[in-house]
Amino acid sequence: MANLSIKYLGAEFKNPTVLASGVTGVTAATWRSVVNSGAGGITTKSIWLNEHKGHKNPTIITTEHWMMNAVGLPDAGLEKAQQEIDEYNKTKPAPLIASVAGGTMDEFVAIAEKMKDLPIDILEINISCPNVEGEFGLPFACVAKDARKVVEEVKKVSGKKPVIVKLSPNVTDIKEIANACAEGGVDGFCLINTLGPGLYINIETRIPVLANKVGGISGPAIKPLAVKMVHDVYKATKLPIIGTGGITTGRDAIEIMMAGATLVGIGSAVYYRGLDVFRKVANEMNEWCDLNGVKDLSEIIGTVKM
Amino acid sequence: MENKTELPIVLEIKKVVEEAENTKTFYFDHTLNSKPGQFVMLWLPGVDEIPISVSFDDGEQFALTVFARGEASNQICGLKEGDKIGIRGPYGTMFNYAEGENLVLVGGGYGAAPLRFLANEAVKKNCKIDFMMAAKTKNKLLFVDELREMKNVTVYIATSDGSEGFKGHINETLEKVLKEKKINKIMTCGPELLMKAVGEIGDKANVQTQISIERYMKCGFGVCGQCVMDPLGIRTCVSGPVMNSKVLNMLEEFGKYRRDAEGRKQYFNK
Ligand SMILES: Cc1cc2nc3c(=O)[nH]c(=O)nc-3n(C[C@H](O)[C@H](O)[C@H](O)COP(=O)(O)OP(=O)(O)OC[C@H]3O[C@@H](n4cnc5c(N)ncnc54)[C@H](O)[C@@H]3O)c2cc1C
Ligand SMILES: Cc1cc2nc3c(=O)[nH]c(=O)nc-3n(C[C@H](O)[C@H](O)[C@H](O)COP(=O)(O)O)c2cc1C
Ligand code: FES
Repeated sequence: MANLSIKYLGAEFKNPTVLASGVTGVTAATWRSVVNSGAGGITTKSIWLNEHKGHKNPTIITTEHWMMNAVGLPDAGLEKAQQEIDEYNKTKPAPLIASVAGGTMDEFVAIAEKMKDLPIDILEINISCPNVEGEFGLPFACVAKDARKVVEEVKKVSGKKPVIVKLSPNVTDIKEIANACAEGGVDGFCLINTLGPGLYINIETRIPVLANKVGGISGPAIKPLAVKMVHDVYKATKLPIIGTGGITTGRDAIEIMMAGATLVGIGSAVYYRGLDVFRKVANEMNEWCDLNGVKDLSEIIGTVKM
Repeated sequence: MENKTELPIVLEIKKVVEEAENTKTFYFDHTLNSKPGQFVMLWLPGVDEIPISVSFDDGEQFALTVFARGEASNQICGLKEGDKIGIRGPYGTMFNYAEGENLVLVGGGYGAAPLRFLANEAVKKNCKIDFMMAAKTKNKLLFVDELREMKNVTVYIATSDGSEGFKGHINETLEKVLKEKKINKIMTCGPELLMKAVGEIGDKANVQTQISIERYMKCGFGVCGQCVMDPLGIRTCVSGPVMNSKVLNMLEEFGKYRRDAEGRKQYFNK
């Protein structure tokens, strides 16, 4: 029995699996049920200061290889989020990472400031959603100076809360963006957000199926890209990373940790393996550790021989 | 790993039947392999995609019954034979019963749709059915003639205005039948407050009650988290729509509120 527990930016995770933002995470009751399904930690669906409407259905389609979504970050705003966070905190079973979103720099700063006093462990700023590009233009995570600026401004108002940035894979050089965030004072990263956007056309009607037409790609197909980008950011910044993107099995989780991740985000695999994918992945990691003589999982972080 | 795909397939409407005011049934030549209680996501290209229960499935054809109440359902009800729509599914849980059981089915409004499919299947398994239907008024009643012609099916009707059947609440009919007959199971689909009352009557009479719940759905396969119920966070698209009243009694939001597309609570008016 290996030690799977991981300390990440001051919070204790009983195992490295974390629910990725936006997958089932709408209510406190769901966060709790995901922890009951074995997750070491929870990321909330991205929270906005004010109500933000998502896109119409269809919002999610899936094949055996990939999932594509354009849910469009629907959220009822801060008041509802506060209620859910307070509800979760009554019997807080695992660390809570609050993902926040905004359309403008000011909106990010305002929501971050509100989060400062809430019982959350880590603040994750989602500057990389490809599904609101139509509304707000190129995400901040795609322009180094914007990414740095948003981190600087958020750090000014977020008090003692550790701040991590959710990075986009849709960039020429992710190291440049990560370095800019590091210079801005970020404490860690979560990567990758969805890839693309991509387009899926129903050929009988010649119409794109997603109501938003295009959507972000996740799931097994994007894993090699996620592993590579985690390694790039790990090498460039040495800051702790939540490695996310296509992680479905214990072997996948071990792999992305070897690339440099401290924690492992799981989203689409809830579909591929059910809600208890967290328990399955943690058990598979444990078995692998036992077979390979690894006593403490944190030993493997960043150990890929390149 | 299983070969999984959640993409709509496009089908041509073979037949349209006007069932009642603002309600139509659409038939498709397609093997859906669904069970009573399950639903599909119905895609109207360029408009929306909404969850709709299967109201008929004989292995070669299936049907969906749509009540026009908003943008998508109104546009769907305007479709004609030969028009095309997309479907994915079937999704969710089904009504459960055994060979030869005595079942009471309680439907309210378009909630009669999955119960009609259930009645068709259950009579093949030698079940005896008391089918109770509630509606505001006569011309909102669904499938009445068809059900009356079926062997082993007894139809009871209650309308709020008394334009057909008993004037008043279907609950009274239910309580009466439960006293008079040995009933194995109650199955209900309709407005939530009606189903809550049916569940309470069933619990009191010690008869297992299966309830088909309706929550806001986006994916239908357990990923978006939009359809969850407090306080257990149960996803009604995978653990429902059909759930046992004993489970629903543990879900404090049952009969109180549901969440909208942004996750905000919307309370039912009593
Ligand atoms: C499991 C399940 C089975 C259903 N079966 C049937 C059926 O057999 N026949 C039928 O007519 N209706 C059925 N419905 C209800 C049907 O999905 C809604 O009437 C439809 O979505 C309304 O869409 P609209 O655009 O016409 O209306 P809108 O004006 O968009 O909405 C009207 C109301 O419909 C509800 N609604 C809208 N979108 C959704 C959604 N994506 N998911 C759930 N509710 C929504 C909301 O409560 C909303 O307030 C079912 C719902 C569920 C969850
Ligand atoms: C349906 C869906 C909704 C998502 N919503 C969000 C969101 O609100 N905020 C966010 O930062 N990422 C969101 N994501 C991205 C995921 O958090 C994750 O970064 C991405 O899906 C890659 O991981 P995966 O392959 O394990 O799903 C969403 C992904 C999916 C599939
Ligand atoms: S409809 Fe998406 S989780 Fe149930």
